Amino acid sequence: MATITQAPPARPPVPTDRRRRVVARPAAWIVWGVVIFFFLNLLGVVASVLVSSFGRRWFDTWLPDGYTTSWYGRAWEEFALLQVIVVTLEVSVLVVGLSLLIGVPAAYVLARRSFPGKRLIFLVFLLPILMPPITYGIPLATVLYKFGLAGNMSGVVLANLVPSVPFVILTMTPFIEQIDPRIESAARMCGAGLRTVFLRVLTPLLVPGILASAILVLVRTVGMFELTFLTAGPDSQTLVVALYYSMSASGIRAQQSVDAMAVIYTSMMLVLLVVALRYVNPTQLVAQVKEDPEH
Amino acid sequence: MSGRPLTHWRHRLAERGVDRQLWLLAPALIFVVALFLYPFFYGLTLSFQPTDGGPFSDYARFFSDAYERDTIWITLRIALPAALLNVLAAVPIAYRMRGRFRGKRLVTTLLVVPITLGTVLTAQGLLNFLGPTGWFNRILLSTNLVDEPVRLTHNYWGVFFSLVITGFPFAFLLVLSYLSGIDPTLERAAATLGADWRRRFTRITLPLLMPGLATTFCLTFVLAFSVFPSAVLVGNPAGETRVISLAAYQAAYEQYDYPYASAIAMIMGFVELVIIALVLGARSRFYTGSTGGKG
Repeated sequence: MATITQAPPARPPVPTDRRRRVVARPAAWIVWGVVIFFFLNLLGVVASVLVSSFGRRWFDTWLPDGYTTSWYGRAWEEFALLQVIVVTLEVSVLVVGLSLLIGVPAAYVLARRSFPGKRLIFLVFLLPILMPPITYGIPLATVLYKFGLAGNMSGVVLANLVPSVPFVILTMTPFIEQIDPRIESAARMCGAGLRTVFLRVLTPLLVPGILASAILVLVRTVGMFELTFLTAGPDSQTLVVALYYSMSASGIRAQQSVDAMAVIYTSMMLVLLVVALRYVNPTQLVAQVKEDPEH
Repeated sequence: MSGRPLTHWRHRLAERGVDRQLWLLAPALIFVVALFLYPFFYGLTLSFQPTDGGPFSDYARFFSDAYERDTIWITLRIALPAALLNVLAAVPIAYRMRGRFRGKRLVTTLLVVPITLGTVLTAQGLLNFLGPTGWFNRILLSTNLVDEPVRLTHNYWGVFFSLVITGFPFAFLLVLSYLSGIDPTLERAAATLGADWRRRFTRITLPLLMPGLATTFCLTFVLAFSVFPSAVLVGNPAGETRVISLAAYQAAYEQYDYPYASAIAMIMGFVELVIIALVLGARSRFYTGSTGGKG
Protein backbone atom coordinates (compact mmCIF):
# COMPACT_ATOMS: atom_id res chain seq x y z
CA MET A 1 0.00 0.00 0.00
CA ALA A 2 2.75 2.39 0.95
CA THR A 3 4.47 2.17 -2.40
CA ILE A 4 1.32 2.83 -4.35
CA THR A 5 0.53 6.00 -2.45
CA GLN A 6 3.79 7.76 -3.08
CA ALA A 7 3.94 11.00 -4.95
CA PRO A 8 4.18 10.79 -8.73
CA PRO A 9 7.66 9.39 -9.22
CA ALA A 10 10.35 11.41 -10.84
CA ARG A 11 11.01 9.35 -13.91
CA PRO A 12 14.28 10.48 -15.47
CA PRO A 13 16.77 10.60 -12.57
CA VAL A 14 16.58 7.04 -11.29
CA PRO A 15 19.01 7.37 -8.34
CA THR A 16 16.98 10.24 -6.84
CA ASP A 17 13.92 8.07 -7.01
CA ARG A 18 15.51 5.23 -5.08
CA ARG A 19 16.88 7.49 -2.37
CA ARG A 20 13.52 9.15 -1.93
CA ARG A 21 11.78 5.85 -1.41
CA VAL A 22 14.10 4.81 1.41
CA VAL A 23 13.49 8.12 3.16
CA ALA A 24 9.77 8.05 2.61
CA ARG A 25 9.02 4.59 3.88
CA PRO A 26 9.05 5.14 7.69
CA ALA A 27 7.07 8.33 7.20
CA ALA A 28 4.51 6.39 5.23
CA TRP A 29 4.15 3.86 8.03
CA ILE A 30 3.71 6.62 10.61
CA VAL A 31 1.07 8.31 8.51
CA TRP A 32 -0.85 5.10 7.94
CA GLY A 33 -0.46 4.21 11.60
CA VAL A 34 -2.02 7.51 12.67
CA VAL A 35 -4.87 7.07 10.20
CA ILE A 36 -5.55 3.54 11.39
CA PHE A 37 -5.39 4.60 15.04
CA PHE A 38 -7.87 7.37 14.32
CA PHE A 39 -10.24 4.99 12.57
CA LEU A 40 -9.96 2.37 15.31
CA ASN A 41 -10.98 4.91 17.92
CA LEU A 42 -13.74 6.20 15.69
CA LEU A 43 -14.95 2.65 15.25
CA GLY A 44 -14.86 2.21 19.01
CA VAL A 45 -16.91 5.36 19.54
CA VAL A 46 -19.58 4.35 17.05
CA ALA A 47 -19.59 0.66 17.94
CA SER A 48 -19.91 1.28 21.66
CA VAL A 49 -23.11 3.22 21.05
CA LEU A 50 -24.37 0.54 18.69
CA VAL A 51 -23.58 -2.37 21.03
CA SER A 52 -25.00 -0.55 24.02
CA SER A 53 -28.27 0.11 22.21
CA PHE A 54 -28.76 -3.64 21.73
CA GLY A 55 -27.44 -4.60 25.16
CA ARG A 56 -29.76 -5.86 27.87
CA ARG A 57 -27.56 -4.78 30.76
CA TRP A 58 -24.02 -3.48 30.38
CA PHE A 59 -21.95 -2.48 33.33
CA ASP A 60 -18.38 -3.42 34.11
CA THR A 61 -17.76 -5.97 31.35
CA TRP A 62 -16.38 -6.12 27.82
CA LEU A 63 -19.75 -6.83 26.28
CA PRO A 64 -23.34 -6.67 27.50
CA ASP A 65 -24.66 -9.81 29.21
CA GLY A 66 -27.54 -10.20 26.78
CA TYR A 67 -29.01 -8.70 23.68
CA THR A 68 -32.40 -7.24 22.99
CA THR A 69 -34.05 -4.90 20.53
CA SER A 70 -36.60 -3.65 23.02
CA TRP A 71 -34.74 -0.35 23.64
CA TYR A 72 -35.65 0.79 20.17
CA GLY A 73 -39.35 0.36 20.78
CA ARG A 74 -38.98 2.10 24.10
CA ALA A 75 -37.03 5.02 22.65
CA TRP A 76 -39.54 5.33 19.82
CA GLU A 77 -42.39 5.76 22.29
CA GLU A 78 -40.64 7.67 25.07
CA PHE A 79 -39.22 10.34 22.84
CA ALA A 80 -42.15 10.51 20.36
CA LEU A 81 -39.63 9.82 17.63
CA LEU A 82 -42.09 9.60 14.77
CA GLN A 83 -43.12 13.20 15.29
CA VAL A 84 -39.50 14.27 15.76
CA ILE A 85 -38.43 12.60 12.52
CA VAL A 86 -41.34 14.12 10.60
CA VAL A 87 -40.38 17.57 11.92
CA THR A 88 -36.73 16.97 11.00
CA LEU A 89 -37.65 16.04 7.44
CA GLU A 90 -40.07 18.95 7.04
CA VAL A 91 -37.52 21.45 8.32
CA SER A 92 -34.76 20.04 6.12
CA VAL A 93 -36.82 20.00 2.94
CA LEU A 94 -38.02 23.56 3.53
CA VAL A 95 -34.52 24.81 4.28
CA VAL A 96 -33.06 23.12 1.20
CA GLY A 97 -35.77 24.41 -1.12
CA LEU A 98 -35.72 27.98 0.15
CA SER A 99 -31.96 28.27 0.32
CA LEU A 100 -31.67 27.05 -3.29
CA LEU A 101 -34.33 29.50 -4.48
CA ILE A 102 -32.58 32.39 -2.75
CA GLY A 103 -29.00 31.30 -3.23
CA VAL A 104 -28.71 30.14 -6.85
CA PRO A 105 -29.68 33.45 -8.52
CA ALA A 106 -27.32 35.32 -6.21
CA ALA A 107 -24.54 32.83 -6.96
CA TYR A 108 -25.15 33.40 -10.66
CA VAL A 109 -24.72 37.15 -10.38
CA LEU A 110 -21.66 36.81 -8.16
CA ALA A 111 -20.05 34.30 -10.50
CA ARG A 112 -20.71 36.13 -13.75
CA ARG A 113 -20.78 39.83 -13.12
CA SER A 114 -18.53 42.47 -11.73
CA PHE A 115 -20.07 45.58 -10.23
CA PRO A 116 -19.19 48.15 -7.60
CA GLY A 117 -19.47 46.77 -4.09
CA LYS A 118 -19.19 43.15 -5.17
CA ARG A 119 -16.45 42.37 -2.67
CA LEU A 120 -18.46 43.88 0.16
CA ILE A 121 -21.54 41.85 -0.75
CA PHE A 122 -19.44 38.71 -0.98
CA LEU A 123 -18.01 39.40 2.47
CA VAL A 124 -21.50 39.87 3.91
CA PHE A 125 -22.51 36.51 2.47
CA LEU A 126 -19.38 34.93 3.89
CA LEU A 127 -19.87 36.20 7.44
CA PRO A 128 -22.63 33.81 8.54
CA ILE A 129 -20.32 30.90 7.70
CA LEU A 130 -17.34 32.44 9.45
CA MET A 131 -19.22 33.24 12.66
CA PRO A 132 -19.95 30.54 15.21
CA PRO A 133 -23.70 29.80 15.20
CA ILE A 134 -24.09 30.65 18.89
CA THR A 135 -22.77 34.19 18.29
CA TYR A 136 -25.46 35.23 15.87
CA GLY A 137 -27.90 32.56 17.05
CA ILE A 138 -28.64 34.25 20.36
CA PRO A 139 -29.45 37.72 18.91
CA LEU A 140 -31.32 36.01 16.07
CA ALA A 141 -33.40 33.94 18.48
CA THR A 142 -34.11 37.10 20.51
CA VAL A 143 -35.37 38.88 17.39
CA LEU A 144 -37.40 35.88 16.26
CA TYR A 145 -39.01 35.60 19.70
CA LYS A 146 -39.81 39.31 19.57
CA PHE A 147 -41.76 38.79 16.34
CA GLY A 148 -43.34 35.60 17.62
CA LEU A 149 -41.55 33.52 15.00
CA ALA A 150 -39.45 31.35 17.29
CA GLY A 151 -40.62 28.40 19.31
CA ASN A 152 -42.21 26.86 16.26
CA MET A 153 -41.19 25.51 12.92
CA SER A 154 -40.97 28.80 11.05
CA GLY A 155 -38.33 29.97 13.52
CA VAL A 156 -36.31 26.80 13.08
CA VAL A 157 -36.47 27.08 9.29
CA LEU A 158 -35.55 30.77 9.28
CA ALA A 159 -32.64 30.27 11.65
CA ASN A 160 -31.30 27.35 9.64
CA LEU A 161 -31.46 29.39 6.45
CA VAL A 162 -28.85 31.79 7.79
CA PRO A 163 -25.84 29.53 7.24
CA SER A 164 -27.50 27.55 4.41
CA VAL A 165 -28.00 30.36 1.88
CA PRO A 166 -24.34 31.47 1.98
CA PHE A 167 -23.34 27.83 1.77
CA VAL A 168 -25.42 27.39 -1.41
CA ILE A 169 -23.87 30.54 -2.85
CA LEU A 170 -20.35 29.35 -2.08
CA THR A 171 -20.84 25.86 -3.48
CA MET A 172 -22.76 26.98 -6.57
CA THR A 173 -20.36 29.72 -7.69
CA PRO A 174 -17.67 27.35 -9.04
CA PHE A 175 -20.31 25.26 -10.81
CA ILE A 176 -21.66 28.34 -12.55
CA GLU A 177 -18.18 29.54 -13.46
CA GLN A 178 -17.63 26.24 -15.26
CA ILE A 179 -20.45 26.89 -17.71
CA ASP A 180 -19.33 28.58 -20.89
CA PRO A 181 -20.88 32.08 -20.95
CA ARG A 182 -21.12 31.82 -24.75
CA ILE A 183 -23.96 29.33 -24.28
CA GLU A 184 -25.98 32.03 -22.55
CA SER A 185 -25.00 34.59 -25.15
CA ALA A 186 -26.17 32.25 -27.87
CA ALA A 187 -29.50 31.72 -26.11
CA ARG A 188 -29.86 35.46 -25.64
CA MET A 189 -29.13 36.08 -29.30
CA CYS A 190 -31.85 33.63 -30.22
CA GLY A 191 -34.27 35.81 -28.28
CA ALA A 192 -34.41 34.17 -24.87
CA GLY A 193 -35.06 36.47 -21.92
CA LEU A 194 -33.32 36.19 -18.59
CA ARG A 195 -36.02 33.89 -17.25
CA THR A 196 -35.86 31.56 -20.22
CA VAL A 197 -32.08 31.49 -20.06
CA PHE A 198 -32.35 30.52 -16.41
CA LEU A 199 -35.03 27.89 -16.70
CA ARG A 200 -34.24 26.33 -20.07
CA VAL A 201 -30.48 26.73 -20.37
CA LEU A 202 -28.78 27.20 -17.03
CA THR A 203 -30.87 25.04 -14.71
CA PRO A 204 -30.48 21.83 -16.75
CA LEU A 205 -26.74 22.44 -16.97
CA LEU A 206 -26.55 23.15 -13.25
CA VAL A 207 -28.42 20.06 -12.07
CA PRO A 208 -25.25 18.33 -10.75
CA GLY A 209 -24.25 21.43 -8.82
CA ILE A 210 -27.75 21.99 -7.46
CA LEU A 211 -27.98 18.37 -6.34
CA ALA A 212 -24.59 18.59 -4.69
CA SER A 213 -25.34 21.73 -2.72
CA ALA A 214 -28.88 20.55 -1.90
CA ILE A 215 -27.52 17.40 -0.34
CA LEU A 216 -24.81 19.21 1.54
CA VAL A 217 -27.34 21.67 2.94
CA LEU A 218 -29.59 18.76 3.86
CA VAL A 219 -26.80 17.02 5.77
CA ARG A 220 -25.87 20.25 7.51
CA THR A 221 -29.45 21.02 8.47
CA VAL A 222 -30.15 17.59 9.88
CA GLY A 223 -26.93 17.84 11.87
CA MET A 224 -27.29 21.51 12.86
CA PHE A 225 -27.60 21.64 16.60
CA GLU A 226 -27.05 25.15 17.92
CA LEU A 227 -29.48 27.19 15.80
CA THR A 228 -32.26 24.64 16.05
CA PHE A 229 -31.65 24.32 19.76
CA LEU A 230 -31.99 28.07 20.29
CA THR A 231 -35.16 28.52 18.26
CA ALA A 232 -37.09 25.26 18.62
CA GLY A 233 -40.16 24.89 20.76
CA PRO A 234 -41.39 21.60 22.20
CA ASP A 235 -43.20 20.70 18.96
CA SER A 236 -40.46 21.74 16.59
CA GLN A 237 -37.44 19.82 17.86
CA THR A 238 -35.32 18.10 15.29
CA LEU A 239 -33.67 14.78 15.98
CA VAL A 240 -30.32 16.22 17.17
CA VAL A 241 -31.99 18.54 19.64
CA ALA A 242 -34.25 15.79 20.97
CA LEU A 243 -31.16 13.62 21.34
CA TYR A 244 -29.36 16.37 23.25
CA TYR A 245 -32.28 16.84 25.63
CA SER A 246 -32.54 13.14 26.26
CA MET A 247 -28.81 12.95 26.94
CA SER A 248 -28.59 15.93 29.25
CA ALA A 249 -31.57 14.57 31.19
CA SER A 250 -30.02 11.11 31.42
CA GLY A 251 -30.37 9.38 34.71
CA ILE A 252 -34.11 9.68 34.32
CA ARG A 253 -34.11 7.32 31.38
CA ALA A 254 -32.08 4.23 30.69
CA GLN A 255 -28.76 4.88 28.99
CA GLN A 256 -29.60 2.27 26.38
CA SER A 257 -32.71 3.96 25.10
CA VAL A 258 -30.70 7.14 24.58
CA ASP A 259 -28.18 5.00 22.70
CA ALA A 260 -30.97 3.54 20.60
CA MET A 261 -32.08 7.04 19.69
CA ALA A 262 -28.51 7.96 18.79
CA VAL A 263 -28.35 4.92 16.52
CA ILE A 264 -31.57 5.96 14.80
CA TYR A 265 -30.06 9.40 14.25
CA THR A 266 -26.81 7.96 12.92
CA SER A 267 -28.53 5.63 10.50
CA MET A 268 -30.58 8.52 9.17
CA MET A 269 -27.39 10.49 8.66
CA LEU A 270 -25.68 7.53 7.04
CA VAL A 271 -28.51 7.08 4.54
CA LEU A 272 -28.19 10.76 3.65
CA LEU A 273 -24.44 10.37 3.41
CA VAL A 274 -24.62 7.39 1.06
CA VAL A 275 -27.04 9.34 -1.15
CA ALA A 276 -24.80 12.40 -0.96
CA LEU A 277 -21.68 10.55 -2.00
CA ARG A 278 -23.36 9.38 -5.18
CA TYR A 279 -23.43 12.99 -6.31
CA VAL A 280 -20.61 14.70 -4.45
CA ASN A 281 -16.96 13.85 -4.31
CA PRO A 282 -15.96 14.71 -0.76
CA THR A 283 -12.78 16.44 -1.88
CA GLN A 284 -14.69 18.67 -4.26
CA LEU A 285 -16.33 20.61 -1.48
CA VAL A 286 -14.10 23.63 -1.95
CA ALA A 287 -12.25 23.18 -5.20
CA GLN A 288 -12.33 21.24 -8.41
CA VAL A 289 -9.81 18.46 -8.33
CA LYS A 290 -7.28 18.55 -11.05
CA GLU A 291 -6.65 14.93 -11.78
CA ASP A 292 -3.17 13.72 -12.45
CA PRO A 293 -2.83 13.97 -16.22
CA GLU A 294 -0.70 10.84 -16.31
CA HIS A 295 -3.52 8.48 -15.48
CA MET B 1 -26.88 45.38 -23.08
CA SER B 2 -30.49 45.30 -24.12
CA GLY B 3 -31.84 47.12 -27.12
CA ARG B 4 -34.46 49.20 -25.32
CA PRO B 5 -33.92 52.94 -25.00
CA LEU B 6 -32.15 53.77 -21.80
CA THR B 7 -32.08 56.97 -19.87
CA HIS B 8 -28.77 58.66 -19.53
CA TRP B 9 -27.99 57.60 -15.96
CA ARG B 10 -29.12 54.10 -16.55
CA HIS B 11 -26.69 53.90 -19.39
CA ARG B 12 -23.90 55.23 -17.21
CA LEU B 13 -24.68 52.68 -14.51
CA ALA B 14 -24.75 49.85 -17.01
CA GLU B 15 -21.30 50.82 -18.16
CA ARG B 16 -20.07 50.25 -14.63
CA GLY B 17 -21.81 46.88 -14.48
CA VAL B 18 -25.02 47.86 -12.71
CA ASP B 19 -28.17 46.81 -14.57
CA ARG B 20 -31.41 44.99 -14.07
CA GLN B 21 -29.76 41.61 -13.80
CA LEU B 22 -28.48 42.58 -10.38
CA TRP B 23 -32.06 42.25 -9.10
CA LEU B 24 -31.27 38.54 -8.92
CA LEU B 25 -29.21 39.41 -5.87
CA ALA B 26 -32.17 41.01 -4.14
CA PRO B 27 -33.69 37.97 -2.42
CA ALA B 28 -30.36 36.93 -0.98
CA LEU B 29 -29.56 40.46 0.13
CA ILE B 30 -32.95 40.95 1.77
CA PHE B 31 -32.48 37.64 3.48
CA VAL B 32 -29.01 38.40 4.78
CA VAL B 33 -30.07 41.85 5.99
CA ALA B 34 -33.24 40.63 7.69
CA LEU B 35 -31.90 37.47 9.27
CA PHE B 36 -28.25 38.20 9.84
CA LEU B 37 -27.38 41.89 9.87
CA TYR B 38 -30.54 43.14 11.55
CA PRO B 39 -30.40 40.61 14.42
CA PHE B 40 -26.71 41.28 14.77
CA PHE B 41 -27.17 45.03 15.17
CA TYR B 42 -30.24 44.47 17.29
CA GLY B 43 -28.11 42.34 19.59
CA LEU B 44 -25.36 44.94 19.52
CA THR B 45 -27.68 47.75 20.60
CA LEU B 46 -29.39 45.47 23.10
CA SER B 47 -26.02 44.73 24.68
CA PHE B 48 -25.67 48.46 25.43
CA GLN B 49 -29.09 48.60 27.09
CA PRO B 50 -28.61 46.47 30.19
CA THR B 51 -31.45 45.85 32.60
CA ASP B 52 -29.67 48.08 35.08
CA GLY B 53 -26.64 50.34 34.93
CA GLY B 54 -25.03 52.40 32.22
CA PRO B 55 -24.56 51.36 28.59
CA PHE B 56 -21.32 49.47 29.23
CA SER B 57 -22.27 47.87 32.51
CA ASP B 58 -22.95 44.44 30.98
CA TYR B 59 -19.51 44.41 29.42
CA ALA B 60 -18.00 45.59 32.68
CA ARG B 61 -19.94 42.86 34.47
CA PHE B 62 -18.50 40.21 32.18
CA PHE B 63 -14.91 41.36 32.51
CA SER B 64 -15.02 41.99 36.25
CA ASP B 65 -16.36 38.54 37.10
CA ALA B 66 -13.49 36.04 36.91
CA TYR B 67 -15.89 33.12 36.48
CA GLU B 68 -17.25 34.76 33.33
CA ARG B 69 -14.03 36.32 32.07
CA ASP B 70 -12.16 33.03 32.22
CA THR B 71 -14.57 31.49 29.71
CA ILE B 72 -12.59 33.28 26.98
CA TRP B 73 -9.33 31.59 27.97
CA ILE B 74 -11.07 28.27 28.52
CA THR B 75 -12.54 28.42 25.03
CA LEU B 76 -9.27 29.46 23.42
CA ARG B 77 -7.35 26.80 25.33
CA ILE B 78 -9.61 24.14 23.89
CA ALA B 79 -10.20 25.56 20.42
CA LEU B 80 -6.72 26.71 19.37
CA PRO B 81 -4.82 23.46 20.10
CA ALA B 82 -7.64 21.38 18.61
CA ALA B 83 -7.74 23.43 15.40
CA LEU B 84 -3.95 23.46 15.12
CA LEU B 85 -3.68 19.72 15.67
CA ASN B 86 -6.40 19.05 13.11
CA VAL B 87 -4.71 21.13 10.42
CA LEU B 88 -1.15 20.00 11.14
CA ALA B 89 -2.10 16.32 11.23
CA ALA B 90 -4.07 16.70 8.03
CA VAL B 91 -1.10 17.96 5.98
CA PRO B 92 1.17 14.89 5.96
CA ILE B 93 -1.78 12.53 5.62
CA ALA B 94 -3.29 14.48 2.76
CA TYR B 95 0.15 14.82 1.15
CA ARG B 96 0.48 11.06 1.12
CA MET B 97 -3.04 10.47 -0.11
CA ARG B 98 -3.21 12.90 -2.99
CA GLY B 99 -3.03 11.34 -6.37
CA ARG B 100 -4.87 8.16 -7.07
CA PHE B 101 -4.65 4.87 -5.29
CA ARG B 102 -6.90 1.96 -4.66
CA GLY B 103 -9.32 2.60 -1.83
CA LYS B 104 -8.99 6.38 -1.85
CA ARG B 105 -12.70 6.77 -2.30
CA LEU B 106 -13.25 4.43 0.66
CA VAL B 107 -10.89 6.37 2.92
CA THR B 108 -12.41 9.73 2.07
CA THR B 109 -15.91 8.30 2.50
CA LEU B 110 -14.99 6.93 5.92
CA LEU B 111 -13.63 10.32 6.86
CA VAL B 112 -16.90 12.02 6.02
CA VAL B 113 -18.70 9.80 8.54
CA PRO B 114 -17.57 11.71 11.67
CA ILE B 115 -18.70 14.98 10.12
CA THR B 116 -22.18 13.60 9.73
CA LEU B 117 -22.19 12.05 13.20
CA GLY B 118 -22.42 15.50 14.66
CA THR B 119 -21.32 16.62 18.07
CA VAL B 120 -24.13 15.04 20.04
CA LEU B 121 -23.64 11.49 18.85
CA THR B 122 -19.88 11.86 19.15
CA ALA B 123 -20.38 12.94 22.74
CA GLN B 124 -22.52 9.91 23.48
CA GLY B 125 -19.98 7.61 21.84
CA LEU B 126 -17.07 9.18 23.69
CA LEU B 127 -18.86 8.74 27.00
CA ASN B 128 -19.31 5.05 26.26
CA PHE B 129 -15.93 4.43 24.68
CA LEU B 130 -13.57 6.52 26.81
CA GLY B 131 -15.49 6.25 30.07
CA PRO B 132 -13.95 4.53 33.10
CA THR B 133 -15.48 1.17 32.11
CA GLY B 134 -15.31 1.77 28.37
CA TRP B 135 -13.34 -0.26 25.88
CA PHE B 136 -10.43 2.17 25.69
CA ASN B 137 -9.69 1.97 29.39
CA ARG B 138 -10.29 -1.78 29.36
CA ILE B 139 -7.63 -2.19 26.68
CA LEU B 140 -5.19 -0.02 28.62
CA LEU B 141 -5.89 -1.94 31.82
CA SER B 142 -5.66 -5.39 30.30
CA THR B 143 -2.36 -4.58 28.60
CA ASN B 144 -1.10 -3.24 31.94
CA LEU B 145 -0.29 0.16 30.48
CA VAL B 146 -2.06 1.82 33.37
CA ASP B 147 -3.06 0.69 36.85
CA GLU B 148 -6.35 2.48 37.12
CA PRO B 149 -8.74 3.85 34.50
CA VAL B 150 -7.60 7.06 32.85
CA ARG B 151 -10.12 9.82 33.29
CA LEU B 152 -10.86 11.03 29.76
CA THR B 153 -14.47 12.13 29.97
CA HIS B 154 -16.16 14.95 31.87
CA ASN B 155 -13.01 17.04 31.61
CA TYR B 156 -10.86 18.93 29.13
CA TRP B 157 -9.81 15.83 27.21
CA GLY B 158 -13.32 14.67 26.46
CA VAL B 159 -14.09 17.96 24.75
CA PHE B 160 -10.72 17.97 23.01
CA PHE B 161 -11.24 14.48 21.57
CA SER B 162 -14.71 15.32 20.42
CA LEU B 163 -13.30 18.34 18.57
CA VAL B 164 -10.62 16.20 16.96
CA ILE B 165 -13.10 13.56 15.88
CA THR B 166 -15.44 16.05 14.24
CA GLY B 167 -12.80 18.54 13.14
CA PHE B 168 -10.01 16.40 11.76
CA PRO B 169 -11.96 14.85 8.87
CA PHE B 170 -13.20 18.28 7.91
CA ALA B 171 -9.68 19.71 7.92
CA PHE B 172 -8.38 16.69 6.05
CA LEU B 173 -10.91 16.94 3.24
CA LEU B 174 -10.24 20.65 2.82
CA VAL B 175 -6.46 20.21 2.80
CA LEU B 176 -6.77 17.30 0.39
CA SER B 177 -8.80 19.37 -2.03
CA TYR B 178 -6.36 22.27 -1.80
CA LEU B 179 -3.47 19.88 -2.38
CA SER B 180 -5.19 18.28 -5.33
CA GLY B 181 -5.65 21.77 -6.74
CA ILE B 182 -1.90 22.24 -7.02
CA ASP B 183 -0.71 21.27 -10.45
CA PRO B 184 1.39 18.09 -10.07
CA THR B 185 3.51 19.08 -13.06
CA LEU B 186 5.10 21.84 -10.95
CA GLU B 187 6.55 19.25 -8.62
CA ARG B 188 7.57 17.05 -11.46
CA ALA B 189 9.42 19.94 -13.02
CA ALA B 190 11.27 20.45 -9.75
CA ALA B 191 12.09 16.74 -9.64
CA THR B 192 13.64 16.83 -13.09
CA LEU B 193 15.78 19.69 -11.86
CA GLY B 194 17.05 17.43 -9.10
CA ALA B 195 15.04 18.46 -6.04
CA ASP B 196 14.42 15.65 -3.57
CA TRP B 197 10.99 15.18 -1.97
CA ARG B 198 11.88 17.28 1.06
CA ARG B 199 12.83 20.27 -1.04
CA ARG B 200 9.91 19.76 -3.37
CA PHE B 201 7.59 19.85 -0.37
CA THR B 202 9.13 22.82 1.43
CA ARG B 203 9.92 24.96 -1.61
CA ILE B 204 6.98 24.24 -3.90
CA THR B 205 4.03 22.46 -2.35
CA LEU B 206 4.01 24.10 1.07
CA PRO B 207 4.18 27.72 -0.13
CA LEU B 208 1.38 27.05 -2.59
CA LEU B 209 -0.60 25.31 0.12
CA MET B 210 -0.21 27.95 2.84
CA PRO B 211 -3.22 30.12 1.86
CA GLY B 212 -5.37 26.98 1.82
CA LEU B 213 -4.02 25.96 5.20
CA ALA B 214 -4.88 29.38 6.63
CA THR B 215 -8.45 29.07 5.35
CA THR B 216 -8.70 25.53 6.70
CA PHE B 217 -7.42 26.66 10.07
CA CYS B 218 -10.03 29.43 10.18
CA LEU B 219 -12.92 27.13 9.35
CA THR B 220 -11.78 24.45 11.80
CA PHE B 221 -11.25 27.10 14.45
CA VAL B 222 -14.78 28.43 13.97
CA LEU B 223 -16.12 24.92 14.50
CA ALA B 224 -13.99 24.43 17.59
CA PHE B 225 -14.63 27.88 19.01
CA SER B 226 -18.39 27.47 19.06
CA VAL B 227 -18.14 24.14 20.86
CA PHE B 228 -21.27 23.81 22.88
CA PRO B 229 -22.96 20.41 23.12
CA SER B 230 -19.78 18.45 23.74
CA ALA B 231 -18.64 20.95 26.38
CA VAL B 232 -21.83 20.18 28.27
CA LEU B 233 -22.04 16.45 27.60
CA VAL B 234 -18.45 15.17 27.71
CA GLY B 235 -16.90 18.13 29.46
CA ASN B 236 -17.20 19.61 32.89
CA PRO B 237 -19.64 22.46 32.18
CA ALA B 238 -19.37 23.92 35.66
CA GLY B 239 -15.61 24.32 35.67
CA GLU B 240 -12.87 23.23 33.35
CA THR B 241 -14.84 23.40 30.11
CA ARG B 242 -17.28 26.21 30.82
CA VAL B 243 -16.82 27.70 27.37
CA ILE B 244 -18.04 31.14 26.38
CA SER B 245 -20.94 29.87 24.30
CA LEU B 246 -22.21 28.13 27.41
CA ALA B 247 -21.99 31.38 29.38
CA ALA B 248 -24.00 33.14 26.66
CA TYR B 249 -26.57 30.36 26.59
CA GLN B 250 -27.00 30.39 30.36
CA ALA B 251 -27.48 34.17 30.38
CA ALA B 252 -30.16 33.95 27.70
CA TYR B 253 -32.07 30.80 28.58
CA GLU B 254 -31.51 30.33 32.29
CA GLN B 255 -31.40 33.93 33.55
CA TYR B 256 -33.49 35.37 30.66
CA ASP B 257 -31.10 38.34 30.61
CA TYR B 258 -31.05 38.97 26.87
CA PRO B 259 -28.93 42.16 26.99
CA TYR B 260 -26.24 40.34 28.96
CA ALA B 261 -26.44 37.32 26.65
CA SER B 262 -26.08 39.61 23.64
CA ALA B 263 -23.08 41.28 25.25
CA ILE B 264 -21.42 37.88 25.74
CA ALA B 265 -22.26 36.88 22.17
CA MET B 266 -20.67 40.11 20.91
CA ILE B 267 -17.53 39.50 22.96
CA MET B 268 -17.42 35.96 21.61
CA GLY B 269 -17.77 37.11 18.02
CA PHE B 270 -15.15 39.79 18.55
CA VAL B 271 -12.57 37.40 20.00
CA GLU B 272 -13.17 34.98 17.17
CA LEU B 273 -12.91 37.62 14.47
CA VAL B 274 -9.65 38.90 15.97
CA ILE B 275 -8.11 35.45 15.68
CA ILE B 276 -9.43 35.01 12.14
CA ALA B 277 -8.21 38.47 11.13
CA LEU B 278 -4.75 37.62 12.46
CA VAL B 279 -4.64 34.38 10.49
CA LEU B 280 -6.02 35.91 7.32
CA GLY B 281 -3.66 38.87 7.70
CA ALA B 282 -0.78 36.43 7.78
CA ARG B 283 -2.32 34.62 4.83
CA SER B 284 -2.18 37.70 2.62
CA ARG B 285 1.60 37.67 2.98
CA PHE B 286 1.81 34.30 1.25
CA TYR B 287 1.59 33.72 -2.45
CA THR B 288 -2.02 33.89 -3.55
CA GLY B 289 -2.41 33.25 -7.20
CA SER B 290 -2.96 30.47 -9.64
CA THR B 291 -1.74 27.12 -8.40
CA GLY B 292 -2.05 25.60 -11.81
CA GLY B 293 -5.25 23.87 -10.80
CA LYS B 294 -7.82 25.59 -8.66
CA GLY B 295 -7.52 26.32 -5.02
